[in-house]
Amino acid sequence: MSSFIRWVDARFPLTKVWKEHFGEYYAPKNFNFLYYFGGILTVILIIQIVTGIILTMHYKPDVDLAFASVEYIMRDVPAGWFVRYLHSVGASMIFVALYVHMFRGLMYGSHRSPRELIWLLGMLLYVAMMAEAFFGYLLPWGNMSYWGAQVIVSLFGAIPFVGEGLAEWIRGDYVISDATLNRFFAFHVILLPLLLALLIYLHIVALHKVGSNNPDGVEIKQQKDETGKPLDGVPFHPYYTVKDTFGVGVFLTIYLAIVFFLPEFGGWFLEKDNFAPANILQTPPDIVPLWYLTPYYSILRAVTFEWLPGGAKLWGVIAMGGAIVIFFFLPWLDRSRVRSIRYRGWMFKTMLTLFVITFVMLGYLGTKNPGHVDLIWFKNVTWAQIGLVIYFAFFLLMPIYTRLDKTRPEPDRLVK
Amino acid sequence: MEDSRNNRRRRFLAVVTSVFGLVGVGTLAASFVASMRPSARARAAGAPVEVDIGDLREGQMMVVEWRGKPVWIIRRSREMLSGLGTLRSKLADPDSQVEQQPVYAQNETRSIYPEILIVLGVCTHLGCAPTKNFERGISSGLSEEWLGGFFCPCHGSTFDLAGRVYKNVPAPTNLEVPPHTFLSENRIVVGVDSGRAA
Repeated sequence: MSSFIRWVDARFPLTKVWKEHFGEYYAPKNFNFLYYFGGILTVILIIQIVTGIILTMHYKPDVDLAFASVEYIMRDVPAGWFVRYLHSVGASMIFVALYVHMFRGLMYGSHRSPRELIWLLGMLLYVAMMAEAFFGYLLPWGNMSYWGAQVIVSLFGAIPFVGEGLAEWIRGDYVISDATLNRFFAFHVILLPLLLALLIYLHIVALHKVGSNNPDGVEIKQQKDETGKPLDGVPFHPYYTVKDTFGVGVFLTIYLAIVFFLPEFGGWFLEKDNFAPANILQTPPDIVPLWYLTPYYSILRAVTFEWLPGGAKLWGVIAMGGAIVIFFFLPWLDRSRVRSIRYRGWMFKTMLTLFVITFVMLGYLGTKNPGHVDLIWFKNVTWAQIGLVIYFAFFLLMPIYTRLDKTRPEPDRLVK
Repeated sequence: MEDSRNNRRRRFLAVVTSVFGLVGVGTLAASFVASMRPSARARAAGAPVEVDIGDLREGQMMVVEWRGKPVWIIRRSREMLSGLGTLRSKLADPDSQVEQQPVYAQNETRSIYPEILIVLGVCTHLGCAPTKNFERGISSGLSEEWLGGFFCPCHGSTFDLAGRVYKNVPAPTNLEVPPHTFLSENRIVVGVDSGRAA
């Protein structure tokens, strides 16, 4: 065996790569459970690719056949229901893990220097994942698939001058049609998976260049022993491969429990309106995207101020786009002297808590009719407007409150 | 000397190669981008639709499809028309200033003949399909002042019986009036402007 490895190593850096990324990649030894989610994301993505390939074998991207072919997968293909539910629940689970993963980064300052590129690549991954989910959602050609795509593509129509032409170019027709379904299929199974794979590769390359952050926000590479190994690090393999396997095990238990017992998750993972085929003459009573996009949908609908130059619709689209784009600037908006929330003062803690509550609230409101009252006191649209202000205040005021905030000094070594 | 002349030649060749390369890449990209535009078949399917409204009674609405969008045709009664003039203060664009209709429909009834209204049944907010609600007053379920019109269940936009949008609703503009032509009293072509064909 070792002579075979030597043969390969002379031709390909197998042992070198293994050592750099597993055997001798030193990760801080104080990872808590929030650090499971990067590995979990990788696992779900592999599941999505494998189940996606199987679904592609039976699915037909044709307006006359698509809906029936999904039902065919559910009823007639051996284990087809299982593969399909793994894929549809997996989409939601990716976003569960992704939001925890992002929140972890925000909390422990993983976006801070020298990890800005990891954050930017991660944000690109987030946007690509949203696009992947959006394109995939049209494929079953259910009524919500159709009308959801109709609403989102028509957003491009709000762009001055080029908007209508752009929307037509995206659809390949005057309406969402067979041409649209076919190209969304191409984007969903070829373009975005390739892009995601590339971005994940770059995300990990950037991570392994600078090393992982940790809950204390301490740079472990600055304290090394005489052999050059970080004092507070442990090799990724076997320590974190084993730990991550356990985390993935717990995650898979929850994931499979949902797949087996609650695959629609009460309309949150598969919307009820999508069990009827697309009908261009019949809109569902409430057009709502799936839960992971609803915070932004809420922001879109919160802008109802007609006095804005260009009209409320255009500014709604700008606010929605801005809500996503502003995440990219986070490494430069955060002016705190320390990374981790453990050493930050009350201002950042308060703002982060407020932001998380707001994000969840916007997500909830995005699934409700804006004119109704589902919380207390005000209509949903009023709450969404309050949420919009808090959402942007969290980012735009960040340079001020992170600088004013009283921080405690970070330790040199990890604390016991 | 020899060297600098060579460098000049090399730079020239590099620039020429790059420019030709860029032209090639640009042409390729243009073809790829163009391939995503509506195909000849899609454009043909966007052809005009001919409709017979002989069976449409007063107060009734029919729906036909044009370019995959629902086109509403409503034969308005005198009572329905009489309400249009009283709503001005409640509408966002009572005079149809925004170009959501051909010039021949830029009038109070937003139609060629006052009684026949032809609009696209697509909400101008986000493209939902509004529902008709021709009841008047409290029995409409909307409000006591309701004079009949259209209600979009998605985000609550309301339109009057000429497809004009009310104030303070999410939809920004009146419903779109598609280009249309009357071939005779009861025959309409949707998708062709008056004066041109027919």
